[in-house]
Amino acid sequence: MRGERRERRRIPRSRLWGGFALVSLVLGGLGATVARAQQAKDSCIECHAALEGPLADPVALMREDIHRARGFSCADCHGGDPRSDDPLAAMDPKKGFVARPPHRAIPALCGRCHSNAEFMKRYNPALRVDQEQEYFTSVHGKRLRAGDTRVATCTSCHGAHGIRSVQHPLSPVYPLNVAETCARCHADAEYMREYRLPHDQYDRYRRSAHARALYDRQDLSAPTCNDCHGNHGAVPPGITSVAHVCGQCHVRQATLFRASPHKAAFDAMGLAECVYCHGNHDVLSPTDEMIGTGEKSVCVSCHPPGDAGYQAAERMRALLDDLSRELERARAILDRAERAGMEVSRAKFELSEARDALTHARVLIHAFSVKEVENVIRPGLEVARRGYHAGERALAELNYRRKGLAVSLLFILFLAALLYLKLREIEGPR
Amino acid sequence: MRVETWRSWLDERLGTEAVREFLRRKEVPIHRHTIWYYFGGMTLFLFVVQVVTGALLLLYYRPSAEAAFESVQFIMTEVEFGWLIRSIHSWSANLMIATLFLHMFSAYFMKAYRPPRELTWVSGTLLLFLALAFGFSGYLLPWNKLAFFATKVGTDIAGDVPVIGPFLLRFLRGGEEVTGATLTRFFGFHVAILPGVMTIVLTLHLILVQRHGMSIPPSLEGTRVRTMPFFPNFLLRDLIGWVLAIGALAALAALFPWGLGEKADPFAPAPAGIKPEWYFLFLFQTLRLLPARVGIFEGEVVGVTLFLLGGLFWMLVPFLDKPTSRGWRGRFFTGLGVFIVLYIAVMTIWGYLA
Repeated sequence: MRGERRERRRIPRSRLWGGFALVSLVLGGLGATVARAQQAKDSCIECHAALEGPLADPVALMREDIHRARGFSCADCHGGDPRSDDPLAAMDPKKGFVARPPHRAIPALCGRCHSNAEFMKRYNPALRVDQEQEYFTSVHGKRLRAGDTRVATCTSCHGAHGIRSVQHPLSPVYPLNVAETCARCHADAEYMREYRLPHDQYDRYRRSAHARALYDRQDLSAPTCNDCHGNHGAVPPGITSVAHVCGQCHVRQATLFRASPHKAAFDAMGLAECVYCHGNHDVLSPTDEMIGTGEKSVCVSCHPPGDAGYQAAERMRALLDDLSRELERARAILDRAERAGMEVSRAKFELSEARDALTHARVLIHAFSVKEVENVIRPGLEVARRGYHAGERALAELNYRRKGLAVSLLFILFLAALLYLKLREIEGPR
Repeated sequence: MRVETWRSWLDERLGTEAVREFLRRKEVPIHRHTIWYYFGGMTLFLFVVQVVTGALLLLYYRPSAEAAFESVQFIMTEVEFGWLIRSIHSWSANLMIATLFLHMFSAYFMKAYRPPRELTWVSGTLLLFLALAFGFSGYLLPWNKLAFFATKVGTDIAGDVPVIGPFLLRFLRGGEEVTGATLTRFFGFHVAILPGVMTIVLTLHLILVQRHGMSIPPSLEGTRVRTMPFFPNFLLRDLIGWVLAIGALAALAALFPWGLGEKADPFAPAPAGIKPEWYFLFLFQTLRLLPARVGIFEGEVVGVTLFLLGGLFWMLVPFLDKPTSRGWRGRFFTGLGVFIVLYIAVMTIWGYLA
């Protein structure tokens, strides 16, 4: 009692409530697991659940939080004494209470658990424990260390309260949401001005073949920002490393390119390998027009008319066009036969060999060898021609059937007429 | 003289003179509904086409999940006139079901089931169920995608039969899922069990038709009805119909060959908008319209039970239509028949468009 009176003397009631409100305003996530709530008292949840507006938000958000589900409480991040009903005692800085951990302290705060291999093993042994270390290798981490508090830290991407597993479709770092999460800052022209960074990457990415695969086909293995830039250790890949990034998925193309004469030439000119022809954020589905000597060709940007590369490009384009044309011709005639009801599924199946050859040849372009492309195109052309002949035979067969039908119907009608005449003869006037 | 010798030789051994005498005396009534008499013979003719073409298909068909599709593909592309035989088999099956329905409803509306032809009707309805079973089992045999999933849905429905449903489902599938075991089983039903049963019931049906002769509609009873000899007058007309049916089948097979589709893949997702053959569509559409639960029962179970009871009711119509059996005009059953025909037509069109 005496101690309490002394406490009251030291802090006037109005200041006490003002301080409480101020601290509460900036209070971060408060929550506790059901298990813990049942086992131990949690005054953070009790008080903040009874409040309104932003002060109650952390409690609501924590309901979906993965940490809460694993048994963590508000005090595990914010400190303080959740067993006390006295707001001052519960949020006593002497008990380690921090209302809002400073931005630059966030990586270390999360790293307290997430960098501890022994601790993490108890919850998720598969989760890497080097995210904090990796973060400080990123541009974000380096700038944070240098005192820039506008850069992203853990909470910028994962959220502070209501953190969901990366596998949860509502998580901001779920593959379908990553680009939007990065775009919150990187598509903000105002925000990026200080860093002199472009802010159109997101718009360009959304037009790319990668984004179409991710959003339209819902192919979660399709690349989004972090697949090329890294996530915790986010850095823009440089001219020398970008090919390695693309080569993670496009292994064959990367291998062929590295073994081709272009590798040395690109290195000498300081050109980024894949990006120079295909672009980066707005990588479009490649077309045959990219090769050759036409208007949309990328080859002519370096190879002037008449040089060996120019001629090779022209020849490779002609080979691709030949097979595409033959394939289209075969497909059209087989479709026609199929629409007429002919059974051509085997021929259509065999045509897939020619399609595979065309795909293979398009990949082989990255070796920039006419001979290699020709070696693949030639058997493909054979298959496509066989498919066309199968279609021709099917249509000829259809024609034969129709003629056969006409002749058969004549006989059938003749027989029916004979039967009718016989009937007339039997039933006629006698 | 030589023919006479042969005839008497055969008569001594087989009693063929009795058959000749029967045919000489057999008569067919002539009235404004005589046209409907031809549909029974047409159904029988198409059944014979099925037997002949089915036997030919058996020369090349291989009943296993690994080979069935490829063997039908081989029949369609490599076997001389295999495409014609298979297309005729498929088209004839559908035409047979159609003429069977026409024959059945004409017999129903002409009240041909009145005494003493009750058993002719009962055997006829059994033939309808057997024909539907033929259609259902034969549909799976090419082992294509549509057939695979239609069989999955169809056997799922069979699984909803009260009490014996789960057993029936496993019995039909040869396990829990539609697999190669189902195909082998359906092949057995299609080429051995069903033809055996069909032969017995069809023979009974034909014997009863010969025994009781053609029925005339009640409205003509008591009036003087002209007749024509069955042999050769009616048979010649039948023959003209059958010859024209062969022409129609040849035209359908040549102009609209029966497709094969894609090979069944048990791991592929079911194609959208999967539907059964047209003659099951009214049943399928009804089940689709039923709510998930009807009272305390599952909707599909209620639907299947109602159809089973409906089938039983249909078979027992001669014994339930008392006024007709007593020689009065059974308006209720005529109205019921009209309702059933309209119901089947509307549900089939609805199911087709849905």
